[in-house]
Amino acid sequence: MFYRESGDFKKTYKLDSQTFPIKFDRWRYYFVMLVAFIVVPMFLTDYSANAVMIPFLVWAIAALGLNILVGYCGQLSLGTGGFMAVGAYSTYKLMTSFPGMDMISVIMLSGLVTAVVGAFFGLPSLRIKGFYLAVVTLAAQFFLVWLLNKVPWFYNYSASGQISAPQRELFGIVVTGPHATPVAAYLFCLIFAVGLAWIARNLTRGRMGRSWMAIRDMDIAAEIIGVNPLMAKLSAFAVSSFFIGVSGALLFSVYLGAAEVTEAFSINVSFAVLFMVIIGGLGSIFGSFIGAAFMVLMPVLLKNILVGGLGWPTDLAAHFELIIVGGLILVFLIVEPHGLAQMARVLKEKLRLWPFPH
Amino acid sequence: MSADFLYLVEVILNGLMAGVMYSLVALGFVLIFKASGIFNYAQGVMALFAALTLVGIQTGQVPFAHLINAIFGTNVHHFGWQVPTVLAIALTVGVMVLFAILVERYVLHHLVNQEPIILFMATIGLAYFMEGFGDIMWGSDIKTLDVGLPSGGSRWLEDYTLGWAAEGERYYGMYLDKLDMVASLVAIVLVVSLTIFSQYTKTGRALRAVADDHQAALSVGISLRTIWVIVWAIAGFVALVAGIMWGAKSGVQFSLSLIALKALPVLMLGGFTSIPGAIIGGLIIGVGEKVFEYSIGPLIGGATENWFAYVLALMFLVFRPQGLFGEKIIERV
Repeated sequence: MFYRESGDFKKTYKLDSQTFPIKFDRWRYYFVMLVAFIVVPMFLTDYSANAVMIPFLVWAIAALGLNILVGYCGQLSLGTGGFMAVGAYSTYKLMTSFPGMDMISVIMLSGLVTAVVGAFFGLPSLRIKGFYLAVVTLAAQFFLVWLLNKVPWFYNYSASGQISAPQRELFGIVVTGPHATPVAAYLFCLIFAVGLAWIARNLTRGRMGRSWMAIRDMDIAAEIIGVNPLMAKLSAFAVSSFFIGVSGALLFSVYLGAAEVTEAFSINVSFAVLFMVIIGGLGSIFGSFIGAAFMVLMPVLLKNILVGGLGWPTDLAAHFELIIVGGLILVFLIVEPHGLAQMARVLKEKLRLWPFPH
Repeated sequence: MSADFLYLVEVILNGLMAGVMYSLVALGFVLIFKASGIFNYAQGVMALFAALTLVGIQTGQVPFAHLINAIFGTNVHHFGWQVPTVLAIALTVGVMVLFAILVERYVLHHLVNQEPIILFMATIGLAYFMEGFGDIMWGSDIKTLDVGLPSGGSRWLEDYTLGWAAEGERYYGMYLDKLDMVASLVAIVLVVSLTIFSQYTKTGRALRAVADDHQAALSVGISLRTIWVIVWAIAGFVALVAGIMWGAKSGVQFSLSLIALKALPVLMLGGFTSIPGAIIGGLIIGVGEKVFEYSIGPLIGGATENWFAYVLALMFLVFRPQGLFGEKIIERV
């Protein structure tokens, strides 16, 4: 019924190497795009945008970035929070220093700044591997947060140490600041999420992605067959940090509106993004999205059930949330260590044969 | 001697003792990493949980009081008795052993042969779980832990060192915390007894065999499951000791679990697989960050202790990727 491959003949190389070779997949992809760009904005309310959709998109971009580094290149990083902070603060500096610059360039430039910082902190990865590297990236996390907190230039000498996003427009529509409509903010994030996912998908299919995967699978062997480990690792760090920087920029400018570095970009952020990647599935673009959806939706659901439904005090609900998050992570890892994306793959395989499995 | 020099000595001594406190946490990491190759992020939360349990048992708190009150609308909080310290510690050790058994049976047992990153994530999940569980069980308010350890500065040392400074300089004697000194003694005893345990007992030898090679250990009839339970129980005990020391120092509260993050650079420096490495790494980090904060910190805005340890460890690692005392990493295609 679904996923029929028979009769779907590829007559050119171009058709043969397309991203979604199966027709059903392709139509499903167009359908998701249609829903995301047209149907969702029609039903978007203030609450659903701010509690679910916008954080989902922002975290999905961060998860994509981390997935490139951890899932595709095999370099474990715990510095995500610090890199997001770099993205957020460069956006703030760019927005306040060049008020006329359009938001797309601002966010892209913040991503580039983060990419440079990320590549710099990726340098030790050439010598240090595995968990040692993970702990080294913690140095990036703590040092960057400390730096952004201690040097007043980064937050324009504001007394509270906070940064807050001024109002900016894109094609005459307000996208940041308190007057932005939820639909505008949502679509703005969506454009970035879709664009970056498209880039990530194609990068990982190409030469660069293959060199990352070779490094991940065994770096010495990769070096012997001619992959340059310096280029592969640094490019993974740079691309990953670019994504994470864009995510931090959107988190600050569109979603939060105001941020304080020690709070919004703490070590917990790094772990949360890592959870998304693991639960979603290492080395999967689709997985980054479901991982993010899961980690954004679950606390909202739990809060609604425990506080709204059962009337428990919020602190008790918060503790319960910790237990459930921790427990679910354990259950997921035990049941399916390769994440939700693997479950989707298994389902796909089943659907191909359905209703006549051998 | 000039007062500046004496201050520096004081800073170094305090750094050494802070380092010992880090080492106490790092020890637990090393034990588990050696025996099972698991990078146990939950070690800090285990210390928090152990300290919470100790305080709870000692003061006769009703477990899950908060939850019971929320569901049944009652108002219970204490049984109204006090448990003697020694008995409370013994009971807490029992709880930690039970915890080790549960972790082995319900988590580790299902994750045998998974990649290290999966196991690492599992311990993060475990850390979240225990954090929430500890809070629900004993409440999340800040508690004071009193097991009869001395506290405050040592008067004797202050008086004794008062005369050391040169004539005419303002110097008030050296300040060292009594609790830190006790902690150092405890750490020494702990390391010596752990070393003796692993060198001279049958179980200790089995532990080392498992650490060397899982499969070879299995083939000579060592039960991996038992060994893992023992290792996690010992790590739980080390966590309890660390929890008591840190809890007596700064109160039993959530931030206690963050000392795990402080123990990570210690581990990297010393190497994940070396018990003496954990101690020496702790000392280097402790002294390094105190001296750095004392000498350079004021110039660049202070609070450098947050990151200095990591940067120091990073620089060491660039030259020795396996840490100071870690086993040499041999890579083959």
